[in-house]
Amino acid sequence: MAKRALPEINAGSMADIAFLLLIFFLVTTTMDVDSGINRKLPPWEPEQFDTPPPIKKKNIFTVLVNSRNQLLVEDDYLDLKDLRDAAKRFLNNNGDGSCDYCQGGLRDPNSSDNPGKAIISLQNDRGTSYKMYISVQNELAAAYNELREELAQRKYGKSYDELEGEEKDEIQNAYPQKISEAEPVSLG
Amino acid sequence: MSKFKKKTGGGTPAISTASLPDIVFMLLFFFMVTTVMREVTLKVENTKPFATEIKKLERKSLVTYVYVGKPKAAYIPQVGAEPRVQLNDSFARLNELQNFVITEREAINEAERPLMTVSIKADEDVKMGLITDIKQELRKANSLKINYSTRKGEVFED
Repeated sequence: MAKRALPEINAGSMADIAFLLLIFFLVTTTMDVDSGINRKLPPWEPEQFDTPPPIKKKNIFTVLVNSRNQLLVEDDYLDLKDLRDAAKRFLNNNGDGSCDYCQGGLRDPNSSDNPGKAIISLQNDRGTSYKMYISVQNELAAAYNELREELAQRKYGKSYDELEGEEKDEIQNAYPQKISEAEPVSLG
Repeated sequence: MSKFKKKTGGGTPAISTASLPDIVFMLLFFFMVTTVMREVTLKVENTKPFATEIKKLERKSLVTYVYVGKPKAAYIPQVGAEPRVQLNDSFARLNELQNFVITEREAINEAERPLMTVSIKADEDVKMGLITDIKQELRKANSLKINYSTRKGEVFED
């Protein structure tokens, strides 16, 4: 039996079908990448410690935020814009002189001994807005990141983000990020 | 003479569109691969605050989302205008959060459970009282890695 030639299928409309699918995916796609500030919560302990571990008051940098989103830093009003520099000054103070990489430390005896001992304590009100809270967290994180960046540039001539392995750990441990969050109060 | 005669039947020749489907398919595959389907329909307002010191969330399969914000206008008659927590596709009470996180954690294979991150996607107008309650619930559920979801941008601009 003689084979009949199959009639060719018209592929002209394939483009239309592909376009249809393309438009569907174009519409449903969301290009935004999820990003944010990473934090670690302390584990839940029903009984609180009766005696907190002794920390010298000068090694604590207290940041209070009230319900009207105003900042009280080390018992003084402070603008959000100045928080980053204030935190950097505190972390980089080098009061006991044991920090040989703290360049430009003020060595104020009433501020932190060295970056390893410096703790930032953050307390907010239940009425503080989330936006303000994130801004404060961001500024404090920025203070740490800027100090690390400066040290990385001085020591290795590279950006902190470009460092790897031990070098990165070293810079990270030079300025350990210690932000402690107290339970919020509702003072109004 | 006629050898060099200009070809008749002028006008521009039709451009072949035979490769058009190929190009379209190429684009199609690109979008198919990059696309992330919206998993939930947002029932709360969600304008995330700005921040600069942000990190990308990696390993989407290990991330659990908690949405917080004022209910959208359509839901206000049912649930009121106060900021609410949304888990998956529905509004939830705070005491449901602990179970939700534990269930989500069970779904992840055992070796990777400690890496689970809870991403808090809260509206910038939410008060910290609610966020703190959420954080306490997460601590009780022993889910300690969290991420405050933000947009990239300076915090001072308004």
